[in-house]
Amino acid sequence: MDFILEGFVQALHLLAGGNPETYSAIWVTVRVSSYSIGCSLLMGVPLGFCLGYFDFSGKRPLRTVVDTLMALPTVFIGLLVYAFITHRGPLGNFGLLFTLPGIAIGQTILALPIIIGLSATAVESMDPKLRVTIMSMGANRRQLFISSLWEARHGLLAGAIAAYGRVMTEVGISMMVGGNIKWHTRTITTAIALETNKGQFGMGVALGLVLLAIAFGVNISVSFLRRRI
Amino acid sequence: MKRVCAAVIFLALVVWLLPAGSWADEKMLMMATTTSTDNTGLLDYLAPKFKDATGIELKWTATGTGKALKLGENCDVDILMVHAPPAEKKFVADGFGVDRREIMYNDFVIIGPASDPAGIKGKSIKDVLTVIKSKQAVFVSRGDNSGTHKKELSLWRAADLPVPEKESWYVQTGQGMLTTINVASERNGYTMTDRGTYIKYESNLKGNPPLKTLVEGDAVLLNQYSVIAIDKKHCAKAKYDTAKQFTGWITGPEAQQLIKDFKLLGKPLFTPNANM
Repeated sequence: MDFILEGFVQALHLLAGGNPETYSAIWVTVRVSSYSIGCSLLMGVPLGFCLGYFDFSGKRPLRTVVDTLMALPTVFIGLLVYAFITHRGPLGNFGLLFTLPGIAIGQTILALPIIIGLSATAVESMDPKLRVTIMSMGANRRQLFISSLWEARHGLLAGAIAAYGRVMTEVGISMMVGGNIKWHTRTITTAIALETNKGQFGMGVALGLVLLAIAFGVNISVSFLRRRI
Repeated sequence: MKRVCAAVIFLALVVWLLPAGSWADEKMLMMATTTSTDNTGLLDYLAPKFKDATGIELKWTATGTGKALKLGENCDVDILMVHAPPAEKKFVADGFGVDRREIMYNDFVIIGPASDPAGIKGKSIKDVLTVIKSKQAVFVSRGDNSGTHKKELSLWRAADLPVPEKESWYVQTGQGMLTTINVASERNGYTMTDRGTYIKYESNLKGNPPLKTLVEGDAVLLNQYSVIAIDKKHCAKAKYDTAKQFTGWITGPEAQQLIKDFKLLGKPLFTPNANM
C-alpha cells in the first residue's frame, strides 16, 4: 500500500523537479496522440457525417460494423500494424517500426471508429427540421454541410474527447509498434508498464498521476472552449 | 483569410510534430534484448558509455529472448543481446545472425519463501523439481518463451519429468522476471530467476525480501549472455558495420570492466567472460 502514497509524492517531485525522462515520456505521449487524433478527426468527421446524415442501403449493417470496431483490442491493432510495417512486411521500406508515425498509424486505427461512430450519432440526433430550415434560407450544399457540422459540434467534441482519452491511455500499440525505446518512443503508459516490471511501483503510480493530470488539463480546456462556443 | 491562417497553423503543427532524425541515421544502433538486461539497469548504464566511446546511440527494445530473436529474423533490429544459447545457435545456423559472441554470464537461482515449505534448500536441481512436483508446491514459471523460460523447460526435461502445464500448483505468468518474482511472493511459491534480477528485487525491497535464494551453484544453472549481429545476407538493411562496432566494444577490456563494476547492494550482477 505504501507505494500509492509514495507515488503521490514522487509525482510531484517528477513534475516540479523537471525530471528529463518523465518530460520526454510526456512529450512523446502528447505528440503522438495529437498526431493520431488529428488524422482520425480529419478522416473520421466527414465519414461519420455521411454515415449519420445520408440514408442509403446497407446503412444499418455499416453502423454495426463501425460500432464493433470501437471494441478493437489495442494489442491486436499493434500486432496488425507490426505485421505491415516490420522490415519484411509490405510497408517495411518506410522504416516505420519503432517510430512515432508508426504508433500514430495504430492509434489512428484505434480512434477512427470512435470518431466515426460518435460523429454519426451526433449528426443523427440533430433536429430533422434543421435541414429544411437551413435550405429554406438559401444555403448551398457546402453551407448546409458546414452549418450541420456546426450544429452537431458538442457531439463531435464529445467524440473527440472520448477518442483522445482512449488514444492517450492505450499501451498495446505503443508497446508493440513503438518498442518502448527510451528517449524516443517511450510513452507514459509504456513507462508505467516498464516501471511496474522493474518493481518500481511508486514510480508507476507517479507516472499514472502525471497522465491523469494531462487528461485533466485537456478536459478543462475543452470545457472552457465549449462554454465559449 | 481565416482559413488560410488555419491552414498555415495546421501545416506548422504537422512539421513540428514530425519526428526529428530518421531511421536510416548511421549513428544509431537498434537492439532487441531480454528483460533482465533492461530491468536491472545494465543497458541504461552502458549505453551512454558506448556513445562516449564511439558516438553511436544505442536504442533498445526489451522483450523476452523468444520475441527478440523473432525481431531479428524479421530484420527489425540490427543486433541482439540475448541469453538462450541453443536457440541462438539455431538462429545463426538458420542464416539470420552472424558473429555470435559471448559477453557475460550470471547464474540462475531457485528462490522461495524463507520457511521453504517443500524443503528444497541445498538439493540438486533434479531433486528440487522432483520434490516440488510430488509435494505440489506452488512453482511460478515465466511461461513466455524467454531465455529464462527456455532454461526452466530444459531443466524439467533434464530431470526426466514431464513439463507441467495445467497443474494447479504450476503458475505461468507470461510476464517479465520481476513481475514473476512478485507473483511467486504473493502466492508464497518458488520460482527460478537469473541472479541479476534477484539482486535488483532484493534492492527494491531494501535488502530484506520475503523470497530467499534456496538453490544455487549447480553447473546447469549457468546463464550465458551473448550478442549476435544480424546477417547482412539475410537483411540487406541491417547495419552490420555499426553492430560490429558494438560487438567490438562490448567484448573489449573497457566495457568488460564496466560490466564487472556494475553492482547493486554491493553485489555484482553479471560476470564478464568475452575473452574466455
